[in-house]
Amino acid sequence: MAEIQIKNVAKNFGGYQALHDIDLTISDQEFMVLLGASGCGKTTLLRIVAGLETATTGEVWINGRRVDHLPPKERGIAMVFQNYAVFPHLTVFENIGFGLRMQKMPNDEVKRRVERCASLMHIEQLLKRYSGELSGGQRQRVAVARALAMEPDVILMDEPLSNLDALLRLEMRAELKGVLADSKTTAIYVTHDQVEAMSLADRISVMHQGRIVQAASPIEVYRNPAAEFVAGFIGNPPMNFLRAEAAGAGKWSVAGQTVDGPAASGPLQYAIRPEDLRLSDQGLPARVKLVEPLGAHLQVTCDVDGTAIRAVLDSDLTLKPGDAIHLAPQPDRVRWFDPNTTKAVQ
Amino acid sequence: MTAVTDTRKAGRWLYVASVGLLCAWVIIPLYFLLINTLSSPETVNSFPKPFIPEFDLGSLQFFAGFQGMLVALKNSVVVAVLTMIISISIGAPAGYALSRFDFRGKEVFRLLILLTRAFPLPLLALPLAVLFIRTGLDDTAVGLALVHTTLAIPFAVLITFSLFSGIPIELEEAAWTLGCTRFTAFTKVVLPLILPGIAASAIFAFVISWNEVFAAAVLTIENRTLPAFLLQTLAESPMHLKFAGGFILVVPALIFIFAVRKYLFAMWGIANR
Repeated sequence: MAEIQIKNVAKNFGGYQALHDIDLTISDQEFMVLLGASGCGKTTLLRIVAGLETATTGEVWINGRRVDHLPPKERGIAMVFQNYAVFPHLTVFENIGFGLRMQKMPNDEVKRRVERCASLMHIEQLLKRYSGELSGGQRQRVAVARALAMEPDVILMDEPLSNLDALLRLEMRAELKGVLADSKTTAIYVTHDQVEAMSLADRISVMHQGRIVQAASPIEVYRNPAAEFVAGFIGNPPMNFLRAEAAGAGKWSVAGQTVDGPAASGPLQYAIRPEDLRLSDQGLPARVKLVEPLGAHLQVTCDVDGTAIRAVLDSDLTLKPGDAIHLAPQPDRVRWFDPNTTKAVQ
Repeated sequence: MTAVTDTRKAGRWLYVASVGLLCAWVIIPLYFLLINTLSSPETVNSFPKPFIPEFDLGSLQFFAGFQGMLVALKNSVVVAVLTMIISISIGAPAGYALSRFDFRGKEVFRLLILLTRAFPLPLLALPLAVLFIRTGLDDTAVGLALVHTTLAIPFAVLITFSLFSGIPIELEEAAWTLGCTRFTAFTKVVLPLILPGIAASAIFAFVISWNEVFAAAVLTIENRTLPAFLLQTLAESPMHLKFAGGFILVVPALIFIFAVRKYLFAMWGIANR
């Protein structure tokens, strides 16, 4: 059992407020991904949980125990760093066994655990090598094995795959997911890569300017973004936005079309994902500006009412810049945002 | 086209000639020192000089037998070793603090470290001598080692600073998360990695003390170090003694500097930044 509770955590660096009032509960064995652009505070939050950084205010609880005043070694955590941090003066075996040796564990137990973790990460044949003789991917495996060997309550990962090349990243991603699910530890994983976040997470916390904007399952974050920022950040290409003017109760005027919407006042933002637009005889009138054939589908950038809108369409279509078309949105996928609060409107 | 290649050729020649000249500037005196040290006293005092050493140990034997010389040699070693120990035990923590912590006045502190080298020792000599006599430190190895330490510390701090900066902080952080305290992370992870550099820095402190003559001449009377002793006896001593003494002084310094050259470059790289 290792539930993590982050209560009202804030962090100031000099005059700069890196984190504002973070409240987050991560349940036992959950895989939580902190996702955001660089500088959003996700790494700072992770380091506060690890004990490598102290929160200016707030509390961190792990397993029902308040830990924010404890040094890292007393928190029951293990961490995997972006640049691996494999000790260069020790062999792979001693690296993986480092934490166990610090606990004065008997030799045969160290050997048993190191060999088990090494085989989990498929590095049994490297145990006698030094980090200088390993590739980046192998070093990352050592770093993960070293963290697993501690059998921690919580495993913390700070962009562990971002230094690997694309192919290796895919491979490691799949492996990490399997290994961590088997190890039954609670995990916090920091990344700026939304695909990584979507594929790994039980729950994603999208962070922006030191705040958690939304914490929900990947599909919820994708389908029902809680704020404009999330809608514009998640998805490639991200969600399209159009200005909607009130046109009677529950009716809105979008690009000259009248559509049903929420009962609210004032102008709203009408949002739709590119893959939820279809080529049609009716719908939003659009003029094609750019056609990008991507193989699996056709990515088309259009001008709708003076706004650039992207649509992901069937790759068999023949479209060229200048064509006048109509884009029909799938009605149940339309979302609404209040431009003043940037929050979603039901 | 030819003009360009001509200019390039001339530039190249100038470069080669300059390098040759600079090398000759350093190597030729050392070579003469070597020849004369390894020649018999008679050859040293005669003319013309040979260009090939005789491998006669007469001069060195005379040097070893000279009254007080071996004691001075021993004093030199004792003072240098003390300097080495004190300057590393003070300089290395300072280097660690400079590379790992942010504190008010850090840049000023770095500059001040270098400024200790800009302060002329002759200016300090008299007050130091008086102070040492009052405290009973005069004419002792420890007293002289303290003065040499002040000379060696800037280098010890700068070299260790660059060494510690070369060790990613993540290695220490990883050690903390794996059950280390700040201290055990230092001894188990950082220390093994910088040990060769610390050794180099220590050797450099040794060489600084070994070569230092002014403070040694002022602050010691009975327990002179080798450079101070040679300076004192230089005027009245025979030629072959001077050569042998010079040789004994130069050789360890050359060997040590050669051994630690990599770390000195690292230090200068940092200091120039």
